Amino acid sequence: MWELIQLNKRKSLFLFFIMGITLLVLGYFIGEVWLGRDGWLAGLTIAFVIWIIMSLLSYFSGDSIILALSKAKKVDRSNYPQLYNVVEEMKIASNLPKVPEIYIIPDPAPNAFATGRTPEKSAVVVTAGLLAKLNRDELQGVIAHEISHIMNRDILFMTFSGVLLGSIVFLSHIFLRSLWFSGGNRRRNSGKSGGQLQLILMLVAILMAVLAPIMARLLYLAISRKREYLADASSVRLTRYPEGLASALEKIADNDLRLKSANQATAGLYIANPLNKKGKKLSNLSSTHPPISERVRILRNIAGGVNYLQYQKAYSLITGKHGIEGKIIPDSALKDHQAIRIKKTTSESGKEDYRQKKHTLDDLIRSLNDFSFVTCPCGLKIKIPPNFKGSRLVCPRCERYIEIPVKK
Amino acid sequence: MIIPIIIIAVIIIGIFILIGIYNSLVQLRNRVQNAWSQIDVQLKRRHDLIPNLVETAKGYMKHERETLDSITQARSTAMHAQGIEAKSQAENALNGAMSKFFLVVENYPDLKANQNFLAVQEELTTTENKIAFSRQNYNDQVLFFNNKIQMFPSNIIASMFNFQLKEYFELEDQNERTVPKVDFS
Repeated sequence: MWELIQLNKRKSLFLFFIMGITLLVLGYFIGEVWLGRDGWLAGLTIAFVIWIIMSLLSYFSGDSIILALSKAKKVDRSNYPQLYNVVEEMKIASNLPKVPEIYIIPDPAPNAFATGRTPEKSAVVVTAGLLAKLNRDELQGVIAHEISHIMNRDILFMTFSGVLLGSIVFLSHIFLRSLWFSGGNRRRNSGKSGGQLQLILMLVAILMAVLAPIMARLLYLAISRKREYLADASSVRLTRYPEGLASALEKIADNDLRLKSANQATAGLYIANPLNKKGKKLSNLSSTHPPISERVRILRNIAGGVNYLQYQKAYSLITGKHGIEGKIIPDSALKDHQAIRIKKTTSESGKEDYRQKKHTLDDLIRSLNDFSFVTCPCGLKIKIPPNFKGSRLVCPRCERYIEIPVKK
Repeated sequence: MIIPIIIIAVIIIGIFILIGIYNSLVQLRNRVQNAWSQIDVQLKRRHDLIPNLVETAKGYMKHERETLDSITQARSTAMHAQGIEAKSQAENALNGAMSKFFLVVENYPDLKANQNFLAVQEELTTTENKIAFSRQNYNDQVLFFNNKIQMFPSNIIASMFNFQLKEYFELEDQNERTVPKVDFS
């Protein structure tokens, strides 16, 4: 797993440069066309500056922007102990330095994502819908998947790729737009073979401006999909229980996934495509996520252990892709031939009471809205609204008097 | 003139590589150490939770004195055990006592619905899981470390500085071998 992270860092850097070069080339041609001969320098500079600004912006404030965009609310151990415990368990299994921050989005669509550029400063976000529908083992599978994204530095990777993609799209966009409006070149030409050269340059620039965003987007999406498979594989290695994630994905797929607060920019980060209507099969090439049914089948076909090698085998079996095309797991992770046994299920799953879960969830939402709770000795949990005035109340079940602790 | 410079350069690079390998060996070994102490933390946590569990259950399970007593006893033994062998045995015994307890709990729906009991049960579940995961993590770290010690070229540095192979942690799953008898009479 260590090597996987190193590999990921190297790949990020490589991709960074490739897309960066694309951006600069685009800038070169646009500069030439817009600003005349020797305009290429200005073009390059502008492209470079856009790139740097967007990178810095996303690197330093990416987290808070995303969290604010999604209307996520922070929770901790006292609000929802089970969720916190599940995350803490995965933190132990993955050897993270500290427990990621936990947030909840009050939306019924079940989904989850992780954010944060380093393991020290990361966050895991789930929707209220996810908490209501999944049992402990399934929840653990999803959390393990998200934490795998953090561990594999996917977030760093995808953020930079996203920024590059954004810069390329942005630059192409304004260039093409400027052509449309200003009708092209208004430069003074110092003759020579200028005319023809300018025309060629113009054509190349237009071609690039049209193709670059498309290519960059396809590249970005292909990488995003690969990352999802890798996170599935890592998740299973952490929990030792592929069925947990598999049935979680099934339950997720069975719902209308449209999340009010997700958009094109943030879609790639979720565990399931939040822009998908129920059942609609988005064409594979244009989706940030592989089809859920395929992911589930691969997980259920893992046999002989939950090491990366077994996941790779299952992937090749289900998708029929072998060799270079089917390589999901990098070679370094495949070297580990140790057989890791699949765990037996915990006693929790299957016995969860739906009503109980609903109560717990309602309580959570209440506590996030400043309700307070008091547990009567008879076992009943009494919910006190924020505007309740008074120092004691009567338990509705056993009719004891209960003192209410004074709020600070 | 140029040859000595190249030789010196190669030596310097070689030294840096050596240092790099040594440092990563140390880092991996420290991770193993850290992972081991994690297991201990979780085991202690379980010890601390048990009195609470017994208290909560006592009111409801008036006729299950033996089961409750056996847990308390097992806990006490585990807390005072010294040495890996004894600790391992004691923790296994505690595992067994707790499984029996939870099997018996199935017969008391009132207890199962009690909020306090549910909270303690969740804490226990998570502690059990954490014990399992910290053990798993320990074994993972041992694997990474042992690999590094045994593979070329770090095995040379490892033997130079006397890095030893670490042992995996085996905690037998007691339940896989003995089927607890539950008396419904």
